[in-house]
Amino acid sequence: MEWKNKADVVIIGGGIIGTATAYNLAKFGRGDVVVLEKGAVCSGSTGRCGAGIRAQWGTEMNCRLGLACLDIFEQLDDELGLPTGLNQGGYLLVAYSDKEFENLKKGMALQNALGVRTKVVSLSEAREICPALDASDAVGFTYHARDGHADPFLTTFAYLEAAKRLGVSYFKNTEATGVTVKGGKAVGVDTAKGHIDADVVINCAGPYAQYIAKLGGIDIPNWGERHEALITEPVEPGVCPPMLMSFSGNYYIQQRPHGSIICGVSPAGHPQDFKMRSTWQFITHMSGVLRKMLPSVKDIRVVRHWAGLYDMTPDGSPIIGETDVKNFYHSTGYSGHGFMLGPIAGRILAQHLTGSKPDIDFSKLDYRRFARGELIIEPNIT
Amino acid sequence: MPDKENDIIVCRCEEITLGEIRGWIDRGCDTVGEIKRVLRAGMGPCQGRGCQDIIMREISRRLNIPLDQVEAGTVRPPVKPIKIGLLADGGE
Repeated sequence: MEWKNKADVVIIGGGIIGTATAYNLAKFGRGDVVVLEKGAVCSGSTGRCGAGIRAQWGTEMNCRLGLACLDIFEQLDDELGLPTGLNQGGYLLVAYSDKEFENLKKGMALQNALGVRTKVVSLSEAREICPALDASDAVGFTYHARDGHADPFLTTFAYLEAAKRLGVSYFKNTEATGVTVKGGKAVGVDTAKGHIDADVVINCAGPYAQYIAKLGGIDIPNWGERHEALITEPVEPGVCPPMLMSFSGNYYIQQRPHGSIICGVSPAGHPQDFKMRSTWQFITHMSGVLRKMLPSVKDIRVVRHWAGLYDMTPDGSPIIGETDVKNFYHSTGYSGHGFMLGPIAGRILAQHLTGSKPDIDFSKLDYRRFARGELIIEPNIT
Repeated sequence: MPDKENDIIVCRCEEITLGEIRGWIDRGCDTVGEIKRVLRAGMGPCQGRGCQDIIMREISRRLNIPLDQVEAGTVRPPVKPIKIGLLADGGE
Protein backbone atom coordinates (compact mmCIF):
# COMPACT_ATOMS: atom_id res chain seq x y z
CA MET A 1 0.00 0.00 0.00
CA GLU A 2 1.24 3.46 -0.90
CA TRP A 3 2.45 5.56 2.05
CA LYS A 4 0.18 8.38 3.20
CA ASN A 5 1.67 11.69 4.30
CA LYS A 6 -1.51 12.86 5.93
CA ALA A 7 -4.51 11.37 7.69
CA ASP A 8 -7.32 12.60 9.90
CA VAL A 9 -6.63 9.99 12.60
CA VAL A 10 -3.47 7.92 13.13
CA ILE A 11 -3.81 4.87 15.39
CA ILE A 12 -0.66 3.34 16.85
CA GLY A 13 -1.16 -0.39 17.40
CA GLY A 14 -2.76 -3.12 15.27
CA GLY A 15 -4.24 -5.31 17.99
CA ILE A 16 -7.90 -5.57 18.93
CA ILE A 17 -8.04 -2.04 20.39
CA GLY A 18 -6.45 -0.35 17.37
CA THR A 19 -8.43 -2.26 14.75
CA ALA A 20 -11.77 -1.96 16.60
CA THR A 21 -11.22 1.77 17.07
CA ALA A 22 -10.30 2.20 13.39
CA TYR A 23 -13.35 0.27 12.21
CA ASN A 24 -15.74 2.20 14.46
CA LEU A 25 -14.30 5.57 13.44
CA ALA A 26 -14.89 4.68 9.80
CA LYS A 27 -18.35 3.32 10.57
CA PHE A 28 -19.31 6.60 12.27
CA GLY A 29 -18.05 8.62 9.31
CA ARG A 30 -14.48 9.50 10.18
CA GLY A 31 -12.82 7.15 7.73
CA ASP A 32 -9.54 8.89 6.90
CA VAL A 33 -7.71 6.64 9.35
CA VAL A 34 -4.26 5.07 9.28
CA VAL A 35 -3.37 2.11 11.55
CA LEU A 36 0.34 1.65 12.28
CA GLU A 37 1.52 -1.74 13.56
CA LYS A 38 5.14 -2.42 14.42
CA GLY A 39 4.84 -6.14 13.67
CA ALA A 40 1.85 -7.79 12.03
CA VAL A 41 -1.79 -7.79 13.03
CA CYS A 42 -2.30 -9.75 16.27
CA SER A 43 1.42 -10.27 16.80
CA GLY A 44 1.34 -8.70 20.27
CA SER A 45 -0.89 -9.14 23.30
CA THR A 46 -4.17 -9.77 21.42
CA GLY A 47 -2.85 -12.81 19.55
CA ARG A 48 -1.38 -14.29 22.73
CA CYS A 49 -4.37 -13.88 25.02
CA GLY A 50 -6.65 -16.48 26.60
CA ALA A 51 -9.61 -15.40 24.44
CA GLY A 52 -12.15 -15.04 27.26
CA ILE A 53 -15.14 -12.69 27.21
CA ARG A 54 -17.04 -11.94 30.41
CA ALA A 55 -19.27 -9.56 32.29
CA GLN A 56 -18.56 -11.10 35.73
CA TRP A 57 -16.56 -8.17 37.05
CA GLY A 58 -16.02 -6.54 40.39
CA THR A 59 -16.35 -2.87 39.41
CA GLU A 60 -19.37 -1.11 37.97
CA MET A 61 -17.28 0.24 35.08
CA ASN A 62 -16.05 -3.18 33.98
CA CYS A 63 -19.51 -4.77 34.42
CA ARG A 64 -21.02 -2.10 32.17
CA LEU A 65 -18.25 -2.40 29.60
CA GLY A 66 -18.35 -6.22 29.72
CA LEU A 67 -22.12 -6.43 29.30
CA ALA A 68 -22.20 -3.90 26.45
CA CYS A 69 -19.40 -5.87 24.82
CA LEU A 70 -21.39 -9.12 24.98
CA ASP A 71 -24.18 -7.33 23.09
CA ILE A 72 -21.65 -6.38 20.40
CA PHE A 73 -20.01 -9.83 20.21
CA GLU A 74 -23.41 -11.51 19.79
CA GLN A 75 -23.96 -9.77 16.46
CA LEU A 76 -20.38 -9.09 15.41
CA ASP A 77 -20.06 -11.82 12.74
CA ASP A 78 -22.93 -10.22 10.83
CA GLU A 79 -21.66 -6.69 11.36
CA LEU A 80 -18.09 -7.39 10.21
CA GLY A 81 -18.87 -10.00 7.57
CA LEU A 82 -16.33 -12.53 8.86
CA PRO A 83 -16.55 -15.07 11.70
CA THR A 84 -15.22 -14.20 15.16
CA GLY A 85 -15.38 -17.73 16.60
CA LEU A 86 -17.78 -16.74 19.39
CA ASN A 87 -18.54 -19.52 21.87
CA GLN A 88 -20.89 -18.63 24.73
CA GLY A 89 -20.30 -21.48 27.16
CA GLY A 90 -20.32 -19.13 30.14
CA TYR A 91 -17.68 -18.38 32.76
CA LEU A 92 -17.65 -20.72 35.72
CA LEU A 93 -15.78 -19.02 38.57
CA VAL A 94 -14.43 -21.27 41.31
CA ALA A 95 -13.92 -20.19 44.95
CA TYR A 96 -11.68 -22.15 47.32
CA SER A 97 -12.47 -20.42 50.60
CA ASP A 98 -15.54 -18.95 52.29
CA LYS A 99 -14.01 -15.51 51.95
CA GLU A 100 -13.42 -15.90 48.25
CA PHE A 101 -16.95 -17.24 47.75
CA GLU A 102 -18.34 -14.22 49.67
CA ASN A 103 -16.36 -11.93 47.33
CA LEU A 104 -17.75 -13.71 44.27
CA LYS A 105 -21.28 -13.30 45.65
CA LYS A 106 -20.62 -9.65 46.39
CA GLY A 107 -19.54 -9.25 42.76
CA MET A 108 -22.65 -11.14 41.69
CA ALA A 109 -24.93 -8.72 43.58
CA LEU A 110 -23.31 -5.80 41.73
CA GLN A 111 -23.52 -7.67 38.41
CA ASN A 112 -27.19 -8.58 38.94
CA ALA A 113 -28.03 -4.94 39.73
CA LEU A 114 -26.45 -3.93 36.41
CA GLY A 115 -28.26 -6.57 34.33
CA VAL A 116 -25.61 -9.30 34.30
CA ARG A 117 -27.49 -12.47 35.20
CA THR A 118 -24.78 -14.27 37.15
CA LYS A 119 -25.97 -17.01 39.52
CA VAL A 120 -24.54 -19.30 42.18
CA VAL A 121 -24.34 -22.96 41.11
CA SER A 122 -23.76 -26.12 43.15
CA LEU A 123 -20.99 -28.63 42.51
CA SER A 124 -23.39 -30.97 40.71
CA GLU A 125 -24.68 -28.09 38.56
CA ALA A 126 -21.10 -27.08 37.88
CA ARG A 127 -20.40 -30.61 36.67
CA GLU A 128 -23.37 -30.43 34.33
CA ILE A 129 -21.95 -27.20 32.90
CA CYS A 130 -18.43 -28.64 32.74
CA PRO A 131 -18.63 -32.46 32.45
CA ALA A 132 -14.93 -33.22 33.06
CA LEU A 133 -14.77 -31.09 36.22
CA ASP A 134 -13.61 -32.53 39.53
CA ALA A 135 -13.31 -29.47 41.83
CA SER A 136 -14.31 -31.50 44.89
CA ASP A 137 -12.18 -29.11 47.00
CA ALA A 138 -14.08 -26.01 45.82
CA VAL A 139 -16.27 -24.05 48.26
CA GLY A 140 -18.60 -22.51 45.66
CA PHE A 141 -19.16 -21.39 42.08
CA THR A 142 -20.74 -18.51 40.19
CA TYR A 143 -21.78 -18.79 36.57
CA HIS A 144 -22.86 -16.35 33.87
CA ALA A 145 -24.13 -18.12 30.77
CA ARG A 146 -23.58 -15.28 28.28
CA ASP A 147 -19.84 -15.13 29.03
CA GLY A 148 -17.51 -17.29 26.98
CA HIS A 149 -14.74 -16.87 24.49
CA ALA A 150 -14.07 -15.87 20.88
CA ASP A 151 -11.10 -16.21 18.55
CA PRO A 152 -8.79 -13.19 19.03
CA PHE A 153 -7.13 -13.72 15.66
CA LEU A 154 -10.38 -14.03 13.71
CA THR A 155 -11.98 -11.12 15.56
CA THR A 156 -9.04 -8.78 14.94
CA PHE A 157 -8.68 -9.77 11.30
CA ALA A 158 -12.44 -9.31 10.89
CA TYR A 159 -12.21 -5.77 12.30
CA LEU A 160 -9.25 -4.96 10.10
CA GLU A 161 -10.85 -6.28 6.91
CA ALA A 162 -14.10 -4.42 7.65
CA ALA A 163 -12.11 -1.24 8.39
CA LYS A 164 -10.19 -1.59 5.12
CA ARG A 165 -13.45 -1.93 3.21
CA LEU A 166 -14.52 1.41 4.75
CA GLY A 167 -11.32 3.09 3.55
CA VAL A 168 -8.98 2.66 6.54
CA SER A 169 -5.28 2.25 5.64
CA TYR A 170 -3.12 -0.27 7.47
CA PHE A 171 0.68 -0.34 7.52
CA LYS A 172 2.36 -3.29 9.18
CA ASN A 173 6.07 -3.51 10.07
CA THR A 174 5.80 0.23 10.69
CA GLU A 175 6.93 1.26 14.15
CA ALA A 176 6.01 4.70 15.46
CA THR A 177 9.25 6.44 16.42
CA GLY A 178 7.93 9.88 17.33
CA VAL A 179 4.78 11.82 18.14
CA THR A 180 4.97 15.40 16.88
CA VAL A 181 3.53 17.96 19.28
CA LYS A 182 3.08 21.64 18.32
CA GLY A 183 1.53 24.26 20.58
CA GLY A 184 0.35 21.59 23.02
CA LYS A 185 -1.35 19.57 20.28
CA ALA A 186 -0.45 16.28 18.63
CA VAL A 187 -0.06 16.96 14.91
CA GLY A 188 1.68 13.92 13.50
CA VAL A 189 3.61 10.68 13.90
CA ASP A 190 7.13 9.75 12.79
CA THR A 191 7.72 6.22 11.61
CA ALA A 192 10.52 4.24 10.06
CA LYS A 193 8.71 4.71 6.73
CA GLY A 194 8.29 8.48 7.02
CA HIS A 195 6.28 11.19 8.72
CA ILE A 196 2.52 11.37 8.68
CA ASP A 197 0.49 14.48 9.59
CA ALA A 198 -2.57 13.82 11.73
CA ASP A 199 -5.39 15.74 13.40
CA VAL A 200 -5.75 13.07 16.07
CA VAL A 201 -3.25 10.46 17.33
CA ILE A 202 -4.49 7.45 19.34
CA ASN A 203 -2.12 5.33 21.39
CA CYS A 204 -3.38 1.71 21.31
CA ALA A 205 0.03 0.13 21.84
CA GLY A 206 -0.84 -2.15 24.78
CA PRO A 207 2.20 -2.87 26.95
CA TYR A 208 4.27 -0.56 24.74
CA ALA A 209 1.85 2.34 25.26
CA GLN A 210 4.06 3.70 28.03
CA TYR A 211 6.80 4.35 25.44
CA ILE A 212 4.44 5.80 22.82
CA ALA A 213 3.00 8.13 25.50
CA LYS A 214 6.52 9.35 26.30
CA LEU A 215 7.13 10.12 22.61
CA GLY A 216 4.41 12.74 22.98
CA GLY A 217 5.68 13.94 26.36
CA ILE A 218 3.06 12.11 28.45
CA ASP A 219 3.72 9.78 31.36
CA ILE A 220 1.25 6.99 31.99
CA PRO A 221 1.59 4.30 34.65
CA ASN A 222 1.63 1.25 32.39
CA TRP A 223 3.82 -1.83 32.17
CA GLY A 224 3.98 -5.24 30.56
CA GLU A 225 3.52 -8.32 32.73
CA ARG A 226 4.40 -11.71 31.28
CA HIS A 227 1.78 -14.46 31.37
CA GLU A 228 1.89 -17.91 29.81
CA ALA A 229 -0.63 -20.21 28.15
CA LEU A 230 -0.78 -23.57 26.43
CA ILE A 231 -3.00 -25.35 23.93
CA THR A 232 -3.71 -29.06 23.47
CA GLU A 233 -4.49 -31.15 20.45
CA PRO A 234 -8.18 -31.00 19.50
CA VAL A 235 -10.38 -33.53 21.27
CA GLU A 236 -14.13 -34.19 21.35
CA PRO A 237 -16.10 -31.11 22.42
CA GLY A 238 -17.79 -31.13 25.82
CA VAL A 239 -14.70 -31.57 28.01
CA CYS A 240 -14.73 -27.97 29.29
CA PRO A 241 -17.43 -25.94 27.53
CA PRO A 242 -17.28 -22.92 29.89
CA MET A 243 -14.29 -20.76 30.74
CA LEU A 244 -13.31 -22.37 34.04
CA MET A 245 -11.51 -19.83 36.14
CA SER A 246 -10.34 -19.15 39.66
CA PHE A 247 -8.64 -16.06 41.05
CA SER A 248 -7.10 -17.78 44.10
CA GLY A 249 -6.53 -21.01 42.15
CA ASN A 250 -4.77 -18.85 39.55
CA TYR A 251 -5.94 -20.60 36.38
CA TYR A 252 -8.27 -20.33 33.43
CA ILE A 253 -9.21 -23.28 31.24
CA GLN A 254 -11.45 -23.38 28.18
CA GLN A 255 -12.10 -25.57 25.16
CA ARG A 256 -12.35 -23.93 21.76
CA PRO A 257 -15.21 -25.02 19.49
CA HIS A 258 -12.80 -26.98 17.28
CA GLY A 259 -11.71 -29.05 20.29
CA SER A 260 -8.37 -27.71 21.56
CA ILE A 261 -8.12 -26.82 25.25
CA ILE A 262 -6.46 -23.48 26.03
CA CYS A 263 -5.37 -22.63 29.54
CA GLY A 264 -3.07 -20.31 31.42
CA VAL A 265 -1.86 -19.04 34.77
CA SER A 266 -0.15 -15.91 36.04
CA PRO A 267 3.49 -16.81 36.61
CA ALA A 268 4.97 -16.45 40.07
CA GLY A 269 6.42 -13.03 40.71
CA HIS A 270 4.50 -11.46 37.80
CA PRO A 271 7.66 -10.80 35.75
CA GLN A 272 7.73 -7.33 34.26
CA ASP A 273 9.85 -7.78 31.19
CA PHE A 274 9.38 -7.98 27.47
CA LYS A 275 10.77 -11.49 27.12
CA MET A 276 7.87 -13.31 25.56
CA ARG A 277 9.36 -16.75 26.19
CA SER A 278 7.51 -19.66 27.70
CA THR A 279 9.06 -21.71 30.47
CA TRP A 280 9.19 -25.37 31.52
CA GLN A 281 8.07 -24.35 34.98
CA PHE A 282 4.81 -23.18 33.43
CA ILE A 283 4.08 -26.24 31.32
CA THR A 284 4.65 -28.69 34.18
CA HIS A 285 2.71 -26.56 36.68
CA MET A 286 -0.18 -25.96 34.25
CA SER A 287 -0.39 -29.66 33.38
CA GLY A 288 -0.67 -30.45 37.09
CA VAL A 289 -3.52 -27.95 37.45
CA LEU A 290 -5.29 -29.39 34.39
CA ARG A 291 -5.04 -32.95 35.69
CA LYS A 292 -6.36 -31.89 39.07
CA MET A 293 -9.30 -29.85 37.70
CA LEU A 294 -10.20 -32.16 34.80
CA PRO A 295 -8.74 -35.61 35.66
CA SER A 296 -9.85 -37.23 32.40
CA VAL A 297 -7.60 -34.97 30.29
CA LYS A 298 -4.34 -36.63 31.39
CA ASP A 299 -3.85 -38.44 28.08
CA ILE A 300 -4.54 -35.39 25.92
CA ARG A 301 -1.38 -33.95 24.40
CA VAL A 302 -0.06 -30.41 24.73
CA VAL A 303 0.97 -29.16 21.29
CA ARG A 304 2.22 -25.65 22.04
CA HIS A 305 2.87 -23.13 24.76
CA TRP A 306 3.71 -19.47 24.60
CA ALA A 307 3.94 -16.24 26.55
CA GLY A 308 2.39 -12.81 26.13
CA LEU A 309 2.08 -9.53 27.97
CA TYR A 310 -0.75 -8.06 30.00
CA ASP A 311 -0.69 -4.28 29.55
CA MET A 312 -1.06 -3.35 33.19
CA THR A 313 -2.12 -0.21 35.09
CA PRO A 314 -1.93 0.28 38.87
CA ASP A 315 -5.67 -0.37 39.37
CA GLY A 316 -6.18 -3.02 36.66
CA SER A 317 -8.59 -0.73 34.77
CA PRO A 318 -7.91 0.78 31.35
CA ILE A 319 -6.83 4.28 30.38
CA ILE A 320 -9.21 5.83 27.84
CA GLY A 321 -9.37 9.46 26.72
CA GLU A 322 -7.48 12.57 25.78
CA THR A 323 -4.26 13.62 27.53
CA ASP A 324 -2.67 16.93 28.52
CA VAL A 325 -1.44 17.00 24.92
CA LYS A 326 -4.55 17.91 22.97
CA ASN A 327 -5.67 15.46 20.28
CA PHE A 328 -3.34 12.81 21.73
CA TYR A 329 -5.69 10.06 22.89
CA HIS A 330 -5.06 6.82 24.73
CA SER A 331 -6.95 3.54 24.73
CA THR A 332 -4.70 1.15 26.55
CA GLY A 333 -3.80 -0.45 29.88
CA TYR A 334 -6.55 -3.07 29.68
CA SER A 335 -4.62 -5.18 32.20
CA GLY A 336 -5.26 -8.57 30.62
CA HIS A 337 -8.79 -7.99 29.36
CA GLY A 338 -8.19 -5.92 26.23
CA PHE A 339 -9.50 -8.55 23.86
CA MET A 340 -12.81 -8.94 25.67
CA LEU A 341 -13.33 -5.19 26.03
CA GLY A 342 -11.92 -4.22 22.61
CA PRO A 343 -15.21 -4.08 20.71
CA ILE A 344 -16.87 -1.70 23.21
CA ALA A 345 -13.65 0.28 23.75
CA GLY A 346 -13.36 0.90 20.02
CA ARG A 347 -16.99 1.91 19.82
CA ILE A 348 -17.10 4.41 22.69
CA LEU A 349 -13.89 6.22 21.76
CA ALA A 350 -15.04 6.43 18.13
CA GLN A 351 -18.41 7.80 19.27
CA HIS A 352 -16.62 10.47 21.29
CA LEU A 353 -14.38 11.39 18.34
CA THR A 354 -17.30 11.65 15.94
CA GLY A 355 -19.33 13.97 18.11
CA SER A 356 -21.89 11.55 19.51
CA LYS A 357 -22.50 10.54 23.08
CA PRO A 358 -20.61 7.35 23.99
CA ASP A 359 -22.78 4.38 25.02
CA ILE A 360 -20.78 4.32 28.25
CA ASP A 361 -19.27 7.39 29.88
CA PHE A 362 -15.54 6.70 30.09
CA SER A 363 -14.45 9.99 31.68
CA LYS A 364 -13.53 8.16 34.92
CA LEU A 365 -10.96 6.16 32.96
CA ASP A 366 -8.94 9.34 32.35
CA TYR A 367 -5.22 8.76 33.06
CA ARG A 368 -5.15 11.66 35.51
CA ARG A 369 -7.11 9.49 37.98
CA PHE A 370 -3.83 8.02 39.18
CA ALA A 371 -2.47 11.44 40.16
CA ARG A 372 -5.80 12.31 41.79
CA GLY A 373 -5.85 9.02 43.68
CA GLU A 374 -9.23 8.07 42.18
CA LEU A 375 -8.36 4.51 41.33
CA ILE A 376 -10.95 2.06 39.99
CA ILE A 377 -9.55 -1.08 41.56
CA GLU A 378 -10.69 -4.23 39.79
CA PRO A 379 -10.61 -7.22 42.19
CA ASN A 380 -11.62 -9.83 39.63
CA ILE A 381 -8.36 -10.38 37.77
CA THR A 382 -5.78 -13.13 37.86
CA MET B 1 -6.65 -26.56 -13.43
CA PRO B 2 -6.51 -23.64 -11.01
CA ASP B 3 -9.89 -24.40 -9.39
CA LYS B 4 -8.96 -27.98 -8.57
CA GLU B 5 -5.62 -26.79 -7.21
CA ASN B 6 -7.41 -24.55 -4.75
CA ASP B 7 -9.09 -27.59 -3.20
CA ILE B 8 -5.76 -29.17 -2.23
CA ILE B 9 -5.45 -29.54 1.56
CA VAL B 10 -2.16 -27.90 2.55
CA CYS B 11 -2.45 -28.05 6.35
CA ARG B 12 -3.70 -31.55 7.10
CA CYS B 13 -4.05 -31.03 10.84
CA GLU B 14 -6.47 -28.11 10.49
CA GLU B 15 -7.73 -28.99 6.97
CA ILE B 16 -6.78 -25.71 5.33
CA THR B 17 -6.85 -25.56 1.54
CA LEU B 18 -4.50 -23.88 -0.91
CA GLY B 19 -7.40 -21.69 -2.02
CA GLU B 20 -7.93 -20.35 1.50
CA ILE B 21 -4.22 -19.63 1.88
CA ARG B 22 -4.11 -17.86 -1.49
CA GLY B 23 -7.13 -15.76 -0.50
CA TRP B 24 -5.37 -14.40 2.60
CA ILE B 25 -2.07 -13.84 0.78
CA ASP B 26 -4.09 -11.67 -1.60
CA ARG B 27 -5.50 -9.74 1.39
CA GLY B 28 -1.96 -8.79 2.42
CA CYS B 29 -0.63 -11.66 4.53
CA ASP B 30 2.98 -12.20 3.47
CA THR B 31 4.38 -14.21 6.38
CA VAL B 32 3.76 -17.70 7.71
CA GLY B 33 2.86 -16.14 11.08
CA GLU B 34 -0.05 -14.18 9.63
CA ILE B 35 -1.43 -17.16 7.66
CA LYS B 36 -1.14 -19.23 10.82
CA ARG B 37 -3.07 -16.71 12.90
CA VAL B 38 -5.92 -16.16 10.49
CA LEU B 39 -6.36 -19.73 9.22
CA ARG B 40 -4.83 -21.90 11.98
CA ALA B 41 -2.58 -23.49 9.32
CA GLY B 42 0.38 -24.91 11.24
CA MET B 43 -1.36 -24.81 14.63
CA GLY B 44 -2.28 -28.49 14.81
CA PRO B 45 -0.44 -31.47 16.29
CA CYS B 46 2.32 -31.43 13.63
CA GLN B 47 3.06 -27.73 14.32
CA GLY B 48 3.54 -26.80 10.68
CA ARG B 49 5.97 -29.55 9.71
CA GLY B 50 3.71 -30.53 6.83
CA CYS B 51 2.55 -27.14 5.60
CA GLN B 52 5.09 -24.45 6.42
CA ASP B 53 7.33 -25.02 3.38
CA ILE B 54 4.33 -25.13 1.06
CA ILE B 55 2.93 -21.88 2.51
CA MET B 56 6.31 -20.15 2.19
CA ARG B 57 6.61 -21.28 -1.42
CA GLU B 58 3.11 -20.03 -2.18
CA ILE B 59 3.83 -16.60 -0.62
CA SER B 60 7.07 -16.43 -2.60
CA ARG B 61 5.41 -17.28 -5.92
CA ARG B 62 2.34 -15.15 -5.49
CA LEU B 63 4.07 -11.99 -4.29
CA ASN B 64 7.36 -12.40 -6.19
CA ILE B 65 9.42 -12.44 -3.00
CA PRO B 66 12.56 -14.63 -3.04
CA LEU B 67 11.87 -17.71 -0.93
CA ASP B 68 14.76 -17.00 1.44
CA GLN B 69 13.17 -13.67 2.30
CA VAL B 70 9.78 -15.10 3.28
CA GLU B 71 9.45 -15.00 7.07
CA ALA B 72 9.00 -18.48 8.56
CA GLY B 73 6.77 -19.23 11.55
CA THR B 74 7.88 -19.30 15.19
CA VAL B 75 8.77 -22.75 16.51
CA ARG B 76 7.19 -23.17 19.93
CA PRO B 77 7.79 -25.77 22.63
CA PRO B 78 7.21 -28.60 23.37
CA VAL B 79 7.87 -29.18 19.60
CA LYS B 80 6.43 -32.70 19.81
CA PRO B 81 3.01 -33.16 21.48
CA ILE B 82 3.34 -34.55 25.03
CA LYS B 83 0.59 -35.96 27.26
CA ILE B 84 -0.63 -33.75 30.11
CA GLY B 85 -0.15 -36.58 32.63
CA LEU B 86 3.51 -37.01 31.67
CA LEU B 87 4.16 -33.29 31.90
CA ALA B 88 2.44 -33.10 35.28
CA ASP B 89 4.57 -35.97 36.60
CA GLY B 90 7.66 -34.24 35.27
CA GLY B 91 6.95 -31.26 37.48
CA GLU B 92 6.70 -33.26 40.69
